[in-house]
Amino acid sequence: MAVDTAPAPSAPARAGGRRLTLPSGSVISTFLVLFLVIASFSVENFASSRNAGFLLLDVVVIALIALPLTLIVVTGEIDLSVASVVGLCSAVMGRLWFAGLPLELIIPLCLLLGAVLGAVNGLLVTKVGLPSLAVTIGSLALYRGLAFVVLGDQAVADFPRAWTTWAIGSIGGTGIPNAVLPLLVLIAVTAVLLHATPIGRSLYAMGNSEDAARFSGIDVARTKLWLFVAAGVVSALGGVFWTLRYGSARADNAAGLELQVIAAILLGGVSIFGGSGGLLGVLAGALLLASVRNALQLVNVPSDVLNIVTGVLLIVAVVAPQVTAWARTRAARQRPPG
Amino acid sequence: MTSFLTARRLLTGTAIAALVVTTAACGGTTRGEEETAADAGAGASANPDADIPSGLAIAFLPKQLNNPYFAVADAGGERAVQEIDGEFSEVGPTEASASSQVSYINTLTQQGADVIVTSANDPNAICSALDQARAGGANVVTFDSDTSPECRDLFINQATPQGIAEAQIDLMSEQIGGSGQVAILSATANATNQNAWIELMKSYAAEAHPGLEIVTTVYGDDEDEKSFQETQGLLQTYPDLKGIISPTTVGISAAARYLSGSEYKGRVALTGLGTPNQMREFVKDGTVTAFALWNPEDLGYLAAYAGAALAAGQITGAEGETFEAGELGEYTVGADGEVVLGDPTVFNADNIDDFDF
Repeated sequence: MAVDTAPAPSAPARAGGRRLTLPSGSVISTFLVLFLVIASFSVENFASSRNAGFLLLDVVVIALIALPLTLIVVTGEIDLSVASVVGLCSAVMGRLWFAGLPLELIIPLCLLLGAVLGAVNGLLVTKVGLPSLAVTIGSLALYRGLAFVVLGDQAVADFPRAWTTWAIGSIGGTGIPNAVLPLLVLIAVTAVLLHATPIGRSLYAMGNSEDAARFSGIDVARTKLWLFVAAGVVSALGGVFWTLRYGSARADNAAGLELQVIAAILLGGVSIFGGSGGLLGVLAGALLLASVRNALQLVNVPSDVLNIVTGVLLIVAVVAPQVTAWARTRAARQRPPG
Repeated sequence: MTSFLTARRLLTGTAIAALVVTTAACGGTTRGEEETAADAGAGASANPDADIPSGLAIAFLPKQLNNPYFAVADAGGERAVQEIDGEFSEVGPTEASASSQVSYINTLTQQGADVIVTSANDPNAICSALDQARAGGANVVTFDSDTSPECRDLFINQATPQGIAEAQIDLMSEQIGGSGQVAILSATANATNQNAWIELMKSYAAEAHPGLEIVTTVYGDDEDEKSFQETQGLLQTYPDLKGIISPTTVGISAAARYLSGSEYKGRVALTGLGTPNQMREFVKDGTVTAFALWNPEDLGYLAAYAGAALAAGQITGAEGETFEAGELGEYTVGADGEVVLGDPTVFNADNIDDFDF
């Protein structure tokens, strides 16, 4: 990719100077650690390897899909269709398994399908020039609809036990789910890509100013297209894992999951307008949301209250930086000159 | 951008695809290769005389919260848990999805619940979570919607198809004096439950109430408007029609609405399966004399007692075992760990105000 001329610094300064000087994600990570410590002491049954396993298993798919979606949000775009890709891949996986194809063939086919679905989003955004919000609201409905065409309201559930037990199993009885290992590899790859390569810097540059990025020689359209393809493939992988984890291929699998992924990204300090944020914060955001839910469930907080709590948490996370920035500029203005 | 599909890329892609297909073709994991693992079965033996210990933690996990049907069922469960001096809790997701139920099952496992009473959003997706809960010592009872039998100890079935069919034919026969033309207003043409009930209704009518002539079955597709129109059509096509049976809650309320505003009110009988809240006004205004449905409160009540009996060791879930369910009396475990609640409850002007669901 022709991105060797990317000019953006690793901590891009936005107009208004509202960025904290701390490394991106450190605030939310501190919150996460604090919450985990407090919950371990005050919530019965929270600190145990079994509970950690339950918690991580719920986070795996959210964190997985958050990886490519973070890159997309950093460039200033959005992909709302990710959960529908999960559902469609789950449905296709069920249909093909039912037809007698081997899983070893079905899984690559699903990933290929994910690439195609991502490419459709990407081409509509980059070639046709439509806003990604509009495109992916459309494909959110379209892909979910196709999932129901493929599998209807049936469920395919007779996947081999060896595969489904792996999906819920843990590494050597530690409580850490097997799926965490491949996830860590993907996290490492994404982190290096975003934070240690010219490509990563070019993503921030696009998010800050697409025109400036284009003038400095970045192939904006091509980069974005590949990001959407990556989101499709990774969501398809999430669909495969989801299907095996629950042992049930259904068209309505993971419905609404996109909101949880986006919530983790925003809570992690990634600006919805692009150009700022990092992977550490996103992962901490995903873990924080899941831990809060888990801890509140353990103390029998009803689920509607739980939704309110996560909603408030999210608003606070998005609003708080704005308020501090406002307070800071106000304070600066009131200081007497000289 | 034209470089996106260069010959080189296409070639690489094709090569990878070919490789994958070849790998997969030489042996892979396909459907039907594996035999399902046999159920380990209950190891412990039952002691019918065991006392129910106090303080049992019995948790109800419905398909979703804020659903009136499950609110009533859970209230029945709560009453039963109070009677046996246990600790009742009701947890569950706000949306009816299997994955969020799994998260609640995990929480209950972690809390060490003695009994989990649940209605499954997906018969398979919550299985592995239930397995873990049982490995952690919980007894699992399903009600309303079952899981695969190997994932739970007992299933409390609301009613047998036979019981549902007979109740509706008996009600109709009583209301039209034992003879006359009757039509059926069903849900969709391929609705499994309704079709099974209709077959049983026909054979039971022929045998027990030969005066009843079932002239036709029409389908309202469980849509209010279509059911309404089908009712209208029935009355025009069959001028001598004495009664309509609608074995679906959507159908019966739409038919009642049509009848109550028409000249046929009080002349054409209507019965079937409905909820008291939907049907209250039509019972009060005389359009409908009586209809039936299982009582969700009794369903929850029985499920809680069944769970307590399991936790106490009175039963293990094996066929033929019996247990006491408070005011509902004695129940016997049937094949596949099923317990049937009993005949549907009949609602009429005398008792409809006692129910709120």
